[in-house]
Amino acid sequence: MAPRIAWRVATVRAVVEETAHARSLVFEVPYWPGHRAGQHVDVRLTAEDGYQAERSYSIASAPEDPDVVLTVERIDDGEVSPYLTEEVRAGDQLELRGPIGGHFTWRADQGGPLLLVGGGSGLVPLMAMLRHHAAQGSDADARLLLSAGRAEDVLYRDELGRLEGAAVHITLTRGAPPGWTGWTRRVDAEMLRAVGPAPSAGARAFVCGPTPFVEAVADHLLALGHPPAAIHTERFGPTGG
Amino acid sequence: MPLISRGFGGRRRRDVDPARVPPGQYVVDDFPVLSAGPTPRASIADWSLTIEGAVDAPRTWSWDDLQALPQETFTTDIHCVTKWSKLDTTWTGVSLDVLLGEVSTEAAYLTAWCDGDYTTNLALEDVTDGRAWIAHTFEGAPLDPEHGGPARLLVPHLYLWKSAKWVRRLTLTEDDEPGFWESVGYHNHGDPWREERYWGD
Repeated sequence: MAPRIAWRVATVRAVVEETAHARSLVFEVPYWPGHRAGQHVDVRLTAEDGYQAERSYSIASAPEDPDVVLTVERIDDGEVSPYLTEEVRAGDQLELRGPIGGHFTWRADQGGPLLLVGGGSGLVPLMAMLRHHAAQGSDADARLLLSAGRAEDVLYRDELGRLEGAAVHITLTRGAPPGWTGWTRRVDAEMLRAVGPAPSAGARAFVCGPTPFVEAVADHLLALGHPPAAIHTERFGPTGG
Repeated sequence: MPLISRGFGGRRRRDVDPARVPPGQYVVDDFPVLSAGPTPRASIADWSLTIEGAVDAPRTWSWDDLQALPQETFTTDIHCVTKWSKLDTTWTGVSLDVLLGEVSTEAAYLTAWCDGDYTTNLALEDVTDGRAWIAHTFEGAPLDPEHGGPARLLVPHLYLWKSAKWVRRLTLTEDDEPGFWESVGYHNHGDPWREERYWGD
């Protein structure tokens, strides 16, 4: 019998503003057992009267990173994300439980090709994979297609620009800055074909984002000829909070 | 004593009876989707459901066969391990008691097989006595593919991953054999009231 995954007290070491709506919380987690890229944690908050709220968040950091980094996007009518994106500051402590999830994960020794398709903050677990890829110096063929609203909504923008060893493609669906030469439409089959690799290359595909985005991308990948078992999905709904 | 989160007030829903919400869950009004892969889109013309394995003889129902069986419409709460719960959902389907009543078995477990090769394992005692259905209608309308249509298993007293979407086959087994999520860190049983989320819970 596996041991119970314990709640751990995590201390916020730093807060990084990623966009106007999202921040990364950098946690020091004593005795963190380590994680695989793509896994998530449960977060538990407790009010003074004992009321508790729990949510799950993807881990953004690579397994090689001694800290555990969560990137949280604010959901305006949410309960937990406004607290995490506005109230929490360095030195605060909260409870984490994890890592969780063994399906939407990638390890460098599994090799490539790797096709990562993210919608908005669906980039977070994919970023853990890209960071792992970079930390390992992996030579696996890795490609990211990110769909975001505007340039200023792109998480980890500078880091994506500096990534070596992985091809980064971005489409901006709500307006591009002057001089933008990339795509400006929603992800479609043609775009996925252009990003590649061809289905015959046997890529592992990881698709994460809002439900309609994931449904559409997974359908396009199937239509292009990627086998269903090679398409890993993680969806988040409008709910969450 | 749990750690108090500085400055966290929480937002309790006054319209929700806390006694109906299992530990660690929160109530949603929409219907989030969770699946490990692409959504299979089966047509009802090709659809069938088979009970096989440790039975006297396998039994298969076409879509029309299923519709000809006694239907139940019921209202229940559903709970997803990703922490959302949805209250007062109304479904129509066929009780597993009806389907299992047409085979003879000594088995104690079953594995549900789905389009997309997803599997989940259940004890027969969790899916009998009016506790599980093959559901095809949600809130009076045909079940959407992304929610498991044309038909899904529904076992509302366990976390929703046990309610396998796109179910096509129930294999009865003498031994308990972990399914898809049960093999990658999720609890073998999945009772939300005992918070059986992950291995070791």
